[in-house]
Amino acid sequence: MKMLKLISTLSIGVLILLASIFLFLGILDATKVNISMLIGTIIWFIVTPLWMKEE
Amino acid sequence: MSENHEGELTLERNDGGEFERTPVPSSKLKGWKSFLGMYAGEHAAGTEFMIGPLFLAAGASLKDLLIGLFIGNVLAILTWRFIVAPIAVSKKLTLYYQLEKIAGKHLVKVYNLVNGVLFCFLAGAMITVSASAVGIPFDINFTVPKGIFGLSTPSFSMIVIIVGVVMTIVAAAGYNTVSKFANIAAPWMIVVFAACGISALTQMEVTSWGSLLTEWDNGVNVVQSVSGKVDFGFWKIVIFSWLCNAAMHFGMADLSIMRFAKDSRAGWGPSIGMFLGHYMAWICASFMLAAQIKLTGDISANPGALAWSAVGWTGIICVIVAGWTTANPTIYRAGLAFQSLFPLKAKSYSGVILAGLVATAAGIFPALSSKLLDFVGLYGTILGPMGGVIFVNHYLAKKMNFTQNYADEKGSSFNMAVLLAWVIPVALGLYFIFGEQQLFAAYAVIPCWIASSLLYVIIMKFQKS
Repeated sequence: MKMLKLISTLSIGVLILLASIFLFLGILDATKVNISMLIGTIIWFIVTPLWMKEE
Repeated sequence: MSENHEGELTLERNDGGEFERTPVPSSKLKGWKSFLGMYAGEHAAGTEFMIGPLFLAAGASLKDLLIGLFIGNVLAILTWRFIVAPIAVSKKLTLYYQLEKIAGKHLVKVYNLVNGVLFCFLAGAMITVSASAVGIPFDINFTVPKGIFGLSTPSFSMIVIIVGVVMTIVAAAGYNTVSKFANIAAPWMIVVFAACGISALTQMEVTSWGSLLTEWDNGVNVVQSVSGKVDFGFWKIVIFSWLCNAAMHFGMADLSIMRFAKDSRAGWGPSIGMFLGHYMAWICASFMLAAQIKLTGDISANPGALAWSAVGWTGIICVIVAGWTTANPTIYRAGLAFQSLFPLKAKSYSGVILAGLVATAAGIFPALSSKLLDFVGLYGTILGPMGGVIFVNHYLAKKMNFTQNYADEKGSSFNMAVLLAWVIPVALGLYFIFGEQQLFAAYAVIPCWIASSLLYVIIMKFQKS
């Protein structure tokens, strides 16, 4: 359960939020950031129901 | 029990769980921190994609927006804490049952029906929001016609109809699945809102506070050069952000939620949600429009196009999900309110289907969704005053020696005093909003609330004498 929560947190915290900050800082370009966000979204919707259902 | 009555109870159940007609027992009460999480998702919804850009389109300055929204949100939270929570904790009843005790069950049906119609327009705006995103992959953008009942392109109208029909079918099939999905999506949506804002800042090439102000002012100038000069000043922002949820706090709709609270501190529950949804999300959404104006010169607040430009497919998904998870329960609740219009033998989903059709019809007119700033004020003006009646009944009835819970005590099913106290101030408010004065709708909320409270006291005292 803890691992699933961690994956969910990382999926939106890193792949979406941090990626957008990297875009702002010029570390990543928009195309890579958009792909990263889409991957984060897919992971969130696959993993989150698995632990949220239990809670 | 009739089907229609069951419908009402289901509405209450979905508003706040079980114990519709009894006080919530102490074993089921929750600490105030439980309400922080619950409200966090509640206020980050599809409407935020629409409302945020409208501030820039209305010509608000960025400084006014940042400070005004802050003060307005604080005032809203204080209203929940000091107006709603004490009554909710004391009575532990839903709004509907509380109102039934004062106004009588037939008048509550009228209130429910009005609520249902307003819900349909809100759901219609959310269908437009979702359709705006669905159209992007097919290169179908919507244009907002000048007239309120002007249509967009035929292809966009077709997408609205398809989206509306799908949402209606899902709402008629059941509420719980979408509700669970909304809970899963809420944290993700908040993060996507933030990402959209940061991405928009990047698109505007903002490097400092000064450059942000410049880009914002440029955006306002471009909008005003096309649409004419409009004014959305500091106090308008404060009042709007305070009262956009007036039906929930001044109108006491959140009694149904806060009755589960152990103590009045639950009134602080909306704090995080308000600042995520009605501060961060609105500001981020407004940045998206500023970025779009800089990049393309396009001033239309099309949520789908804005989100697509900011974060690509994630934005499209977010707008669809946000619109859907807001529209679906709204259609469902409106449907339950409409159910009382149907014969007892009618199918239990008849009301939902009717609500979905009305919402879809409303969604076809994009100008309605572009009037969301006015609409939420109107919503508070019409429904808020009933909260004034509940407030007076709770605090002043015994002190001023008139009957508390009149309908319950006297066995009345229609308390005329409540009807007059509700309708007269609201009619005056609507006159000022739609008449020559063209009053900003949110400005009418508190005067109507106070007038309803006073009128109820006067009529009840007069009735007593």
